[in-house]
Parts: sequence; structure tokens; C-alpha cells
Amino acid sequence: MREFTKSKQKKVTAVQLEYQTLAKSLEPPRPVLRNCYRAFIAGGAICFLGEALMKMFQTYFGFTEQTAGNPTVAVLILLSAILTSLGVYDKLAQWAGAGSAVPVTGFANSLCSAAIEHKREGLVLGTGGNMFKLAGSVIVFGTVAAFAVGMIHWIIGIKG
Amino acid sequence: MLQGHQSWRFDQQPVILSAASVVGPDECEGPIAEDFDIGHGDLMVGQKSWEQAEKKLLEEAATLALERVHLSKENIQFFIGGDLMNQIISSGFTARTLGIPYFGVFGACSTSMESLALAAQFVNSGSAKYAMAGTCSHNCTSEKQFRYPTEYGSQKPPTAQYTVTGAGVAIVAAEGDGPVITRATIGRVIDMGITDPFNMGAAMAPAAVDTIQAHFRDFRIEPGYYDLIVTGDLGRVGYDIANALFDKHNFPITQTNYYDCGLMIYDLNKQTFVNSGGSGCACSATVTYGHLLKRLKKGDLNRILVVATGALFSPISFQQGESIPCIAHAVAIENRGSAS
Repeated sequence: MREFTKSKQKKVTAVQLEYQTLAKSLEPPRPVLRNCYRAFIAGGAICFLGEALMKMFQTYFGFTEQTAGNPTVAVLILLSAILTSLGVYDKLAQWAGAGSAVPVTGFANSLCSAAIEHKREGLVLGTGGNMFKLAGSVIVFGTVAAFAVGMIHWIIGIKG
Repeated sequence: MLQGHQSWRFDQQPVILSAASVVGPDECEGPIAEDFDIGHGDLMVGQKSWEQAEKKLLEEAATLALERVHLSKENIQFFIGGDLMNQIISSGFTARTLGIPYFGVFGACSTSMESLALAAQFVNSGSAKYAMAGTCSHNCTSEKQFRYPTEYGSQKPPTAQYTVTGAGVAIVAAEGDGPVITRATIGRVIDMGITDPFNMGAAMAPAAVDTIQAHFRDFRIEPGYYDLIVTGDLGRVGYDIANALFDKHNFPITQTNYYDCGLMIYDLNKQTFVNSGGSGCACSATVTYGHLLKRLKKGDLNRILVVATGALFSPISFQQGESIPCIAHAVAIENRGSAS
């Protein structure tokens, strides 16, 4: 009996399985190859823009290679927030997919879109409470991953 | 009157005295735009939030349906409404404005025909002289509640559907001019284990097929009896699957024209952002109360069966890995002369 309760959630009957096979055969597949190609173009373009900004800050504003990162990210975030507010970023993302989601502009979009979406529910409970609805997990797991990598680095550093 | 296992036969022939449909900007670009009574170019409908906009759509549809037949809200005994919002707020708030005794129902996107079947039953049984059935949905409120923030850049798969912005209301009466409601079949909940909320067509198609087959079994008629059978919002994917299921069950759907409201409301080739087609409570409601009733009036169609399909899940249920249970309700609408 225990076996049954355990497997109950994932249990698929023969009829369900037969139907799912039929349905799968009639569904248009995700265009994976096209998505990869577009993500490469869009992601590459955003990173190219970032690189150009960094060179600009180094050449004209006296930043070093280490410090130029901060103003570059700030400009990209600002651009993303403007495009999100104008209602352009989500349309760009339907074309670009991971290409616009992975760079820092995608992170800014997740914050900005959630903030706009819940503005009507008030500044504190709406915007403040929901701003990190999507970005929260990025921050949590980013910190956890950084901690793990830091630990590995520390251990190897001691040995070396 | 009960017919067969799960159907009602309406011997008193309740009449759809009046109906109204209100839609948003994307529906105004679609192929049947001219059949809608009010079209809004602004998704906010002049309100402060999308939730208010959705409520406004339903209020407008209800007001217009009343004005058309010179009835006031005091004449209507019951308002039966539902929508997709948490705690069906759009309908509840509209009922507050109307002040008509109210039944709130939830059948997700099948609410349009669930409420119409109940209104017909009330009138047929003599429980009401006039009953109003209405439902609404809004693209942005649905995105906000069920998916991601509207401006969030997530890529939608080709199986995804686009929630219709709009509202549809019908007034059912014991007597008067208009098409009559002759039959209804109430659906069972069917779950084929589909878990992807971006593939609602595949989740709902078996429920639609089950209700359609139950309808013809209960009434012992053939699909050819109707000039048109439409499902609510299966979209391109669900429509193809439903056809495959009819074929597999040797069900003679080819005797009649079978189509889907989610494919009628948008031009899928031009409006590519809708992906697989329209969805939402307003999809079947606006297509039926706007487009199909006008075709019945013209005499272009005489007997139709509308099968509204709904997915009974919530954002929490799918995040917890539950599959999507689905339902479909069928209502037959006929021109009086052709009713048997």
C-alpha cells in the first residue's frame, strides 16, 4: 500500500500514456535550432554592446579594466529598464529567447517587469513586495553558487 | 428535463432575448471584428488597473444587453457569472454594480456555456422569467495571475495560447424573439495527465471530445443534426488533437462543420503572437454572443452546438507538479423554426 501512495502522484494510466503519445505527435515542436541561432545572435549583440561600452569607459573616462565593469552594467540595466517600460523588451525576447534572458539585461527586465506589474497594489506591498518575485531565485542561487565556488577556490588555494 | 446521463432537454424553449459582446484591441484586428458590439483600442479601457478594465468590459456587455431589449436590471431575476480571476472578482464586482441577485460560478474558460446552461435551466423550470449569463477575461490579468508579468521577456512555445480580452453577456427569457436554447450537456472532469500550462489545447481536447460524444449519446442524434459544432478554445494544437480523437473513436464529426472559437477570433497567420490561438472565458463567449448569434439571425446557420472548454488548474497546482484537469459544457442553440 505504501508503494502505491508513493508512486500515486507520478502514476500515469495506460489510457493517459496512449493519449499523451498521440498528443505529442500532433504538437508543433519547439524550434530548438532556430532558437539557438537567434539566442546566439541576440546574446552576442548584447555582449558586443557591453564590450564596446567597457572600451569606451576605459578610453574616454579614465576607468581601468577592473573598474569599467560597474558603469557598463549600470548602462545596460538602464537600457533594459527603459525598453521594458516602453513595452519593447518582451517582444524582443519572444524573438531572442535565451539571448535576451541570460545577459544582465534579462535580469533587469525580470525586476523591472515585476515592479511595473504590481505598482497598482501599492508601493510597499505591490512594487516592493513583488519586485524580486522572479529575480529572487537568481539572487538566492547565485549567492549559493558563489559560496560553493568560493569554497572550492579557498581549498585549492590552500593546497596550491 | 434530464435526458440520458448528463444532459438537459429544454422543453419550454428558453429564448436568448439579447446578447452583447465587448472586445479589446487585438480582437478588433481579427477576422470577425465587425461582429463585436463594442471594441476598445485601449487595453486599460480608461481604468486604473487591468483588473478594473476586465470588470468594466463585463459591465459594458451587461448594460448593452439590457439596453438592446429595453429591459432594466430590476427585470432580471438572476445573474450567473464567472471569470478567471482569483475568487472571480470581475463577476462579483459586476454583480455589485448591477444589483441583480447573483450566482458566481467557476468553470475556467467553460464558464460561458456553464452559465448559459444554468440560465436556460432556470428559465425552463420557471425559476426565473429573465436570467442573465455573462463572463469575461483580460489578456493582461491572466498573464499576471497565471504566467509572468506582462512585460517579462519569456519566450512562448508554439503550443501556447493568447487570452482573449473581452466579455460576453446573454439574457435568457421565457418568451420573446430570438434563437432558442434546446439542449445542454454538462461535462465530466477529464485529466489526461498533461502538466504543461503552455499546452492547454492538448490538456482540454479530451474533455471536449468526451462531452460532445456524451451529448450525441444522450440525445440519440447524429452530428449532422447541427450546422456547426464549435469548441471553446482548443487552439490549433487542441483542434488537431480533437479531430484525431474523433477519428480514433470512429465518431462521425465529418457529418457537420466542426471548428474552434480560438481559431476564429484571430488571424493566426497575421497575428503570430497568438501562437496556437485564442483562449480565456471571453473567447467562446464573444465568438458565440457576437459572431455566431449574428449568423443564426441571418439564417446562415440554424442549429449550432457550442462546447466551451475549461482547464481547472491554478498557478499553485501546476507549480506543485499536478496535472491539469479539464472540463467542457455543451449548449445547443437553434433558430425557432428549425427546433424540433
